[in-house]
Amino acid sequence: MSRHIRIREYYAGALMVLIGIGAVLEGSSYKFGSAAQMGPGFFPVVLGILLVVVGILIAVTQQGAAEARYTHAKAGHSGDEPFDLKGGTAIIAGVVSFIILGDFAGLVPATFSCVFISAIGDRTTSLKGALTLAMIVTVLGSVVFSVMLNVQFPLFRW
Amino acid sequence: MILSALNDLLYGFSVALQPANLVWCFTGVLIGNLVGVLPGMGVMAAISILLPLTFSMPPVAALLMLSGIYYGSQYGGAICSILLNLPCHPPHAVTCLDGYPLAKQGKGGVALGITMLSSFAGASFGIIEMIFFAPALVTVALHFGAAEICSLMVLGLLVGSTLAKGSPLKGISMTLLGLLLGLVGTDINTGIGRFTFGIHELLDGIEIVAVALGMFGIAEFLKSVNNVRPIDTSHTHIKLRDMCPSRSELKQAAMPMFRGTIIGALCALIPGTGPTIASFVSYATEKKLSKTPERFGHGAIEGVACPEASTHSSVQGDFIPTMSLGIPGDAVMALLLGALIIQGITPGPALMSAHPDLFWGLIASFWIGNIMLMVLNVPLIGIWVKLLAVPYRILYPSALFFICIGVYSSTNSITPVILTLAIGIFGYLLLRLGFHPAPILLGFVLGPRFEDEFRRAMILSRGDVMVFAEKPISAAILCLTAILIGYQIYAAFRNRQAVGGKMEELDNSLTVEE
Repeated sequence: MSRHIRIREYYAGALMVLIGIGAVLEGSSYKFGSAAQMGPGFFPVVLGILLVVVGILIAVTQQGAAEARYTHAKAGHSGDEPFDLKGGTAIIAGVVSFIILGDFAGLVPATFSCVFISAIGDRTTSLKGALTLAMIVTVLGSVVFSVMLNVQFPLFRW
Repeated sequence: MILSALNDLLYGFSVALQPANLVWCFTGVLIGNLVGVLPGMGVMAAISILLPLTFSMPPVAALLMLSGIYYGSQYGGAICSILLNLPCHPPHAVTCLDGYPLAKQGKGGVALGITMLSSFAGASFGIIEMIFFAPALVTVALHFGAAEICSLMVLGLLVGSTLAKGSPLKGISMTLLGLLLGLVGTDINTGIGRFTFGIHELLDGIEIVAVALGMFGIAEFLKSVNNVRPIDTSHTHIKLRDMCPSRSELKQAAMPMFRGTIIGALCALIPGTGPTIASFVSYATEKKLSKTPERFGHGAIEGVACPEASTHSSVQGDFIPTMSLGIPGDAVMALLLGALIIQGITPGPALMSAHPDLFWGLIASFWIGNIMLMVLNVPLIGIWVKLLAVPYRILYPSALFFICIGVYSSTNSITPVILTLAIGIFGYLLLRLGFHPAPILLGFVLGPRFEDEFRRAMILSRGDVMVFAEKPISAAILCLTAILIGYQIYAAFRNRQAVGGKMEELDNSLTVEE
């Protein structure tokens, strides 16, 4: 099995161990109680311990490596495509812009920027194409959500 | 018993045939069909996007529509597999094996026609299975105490996560993570806020929409953007009259269709084995039974009929544990249960008697929906085929907007959108590390109920954990869980050593086909 996947499995296990430890630490700040009268801390701690154990098993048994081999063979599902910096950043930035503009400027600017910014992340999309798409989605979105479904989101906030 | 079932079914039809419900059912299957056809759109994402819209709908309508999306997408997924060789929906991956060669030979229309017939046959059987099996299951389950329900949930959680996809250990870790996420918020017994880290909005818990859309929406987009291969639409010219199979083709497909249906129906009864496994098993069986197994993979009509029939009968059967026990078998079912919980309906064995309109209306709507799908797909096939060519660059920015507004409308505030983004980025990290996040939703939905029942069981037994092993039904369920998990781990290890498991064989032939 390739070294790359083995390292991935170590990271996968480590992440689960970390989350588990976090859950135990945070959970132990609540009352633990006894088995007969469980406090709010009981479940988080038990789940955290289980997660630590499973995390260690993931790293030790390397089971995911066998799985990676056969999903690799599957059409279009290698699961190991490198992170696309342009596309990924654009998607995250698009949602962030929706959050910020949605809070300060209203639905129309938020929608437009969200669609426009995320669309330019695609390598085959032209600036004009992204603008057109953003315009269409903004108009349709405002009509459907604001007018037809009456979602409480002002089109513009001044 | 048959008479009372028929009576209930008639009542169900009277609910499902109400004009408003009919419209919602139609909307659901139409959207589902559409989503199934669009390459790069998952059914999970579609259901989660539409979930917030159902908050203001009556429960029956909401459930009919959301379920319609699920089984409707199965019809669309087959089109995608046969004409494009794209297994965008896992259960239909096997259909590619023979469906695409048929399309290349110019027989794509026939393959689609057979698919429609098999799907309908499979679905009908699955519905009948549910009509008779679900009430029986409810009768048994009504006698269950907290201990039995707990064991059942363990069964659902563990088996659902280990059999789903990928390594069993990773599946279990995802379930645990989901359970932890479900704990966030105010503890119902003591009123203490858990895992809120001082954030006021988290006291109400995490919205299911935020989890689902983060994990299955944003995370998927982050993974797929600029990584989707251009689609080859050269074999997608289908004419309406091509779809009618000849008499000999029908004869060829009849028995595989029947066997596929039975296999699917059986798989639906084994907890955790959903449509994907059913379709793989039925394809392998059919290949083994065939007198001419060498034709498989080169356009055998049986190779399309059997997996499609089994997928659909299993899809309908999936609803049995969800609706009668309140224990979902996979992430889609978990989402549907989540929708019910939001509507203020407690899932569980009591649901059938407390909300008969919901239960029987849903079953009746399955039939109506499947007939609609048959009728829809024949004339609309031309339109679906055109939709196959919708590029991803248009799809994902639009879907991203739907995610944002959908999450916003669930509480009319912007905070859940921030949460969704965070969950999405975390979900992408999980995907990169080789996790399949679907079981998270299973744990997330069942978590609060599981903790509640577990606490109750422990109070009743005065803290004695052995109560789960002493009660016979509970012990039997736990035994079954142990056997299924043990087998999974055994199979995973064997698979690792000896290359050549059935699944692997099938997967390899998939690559050869490309």
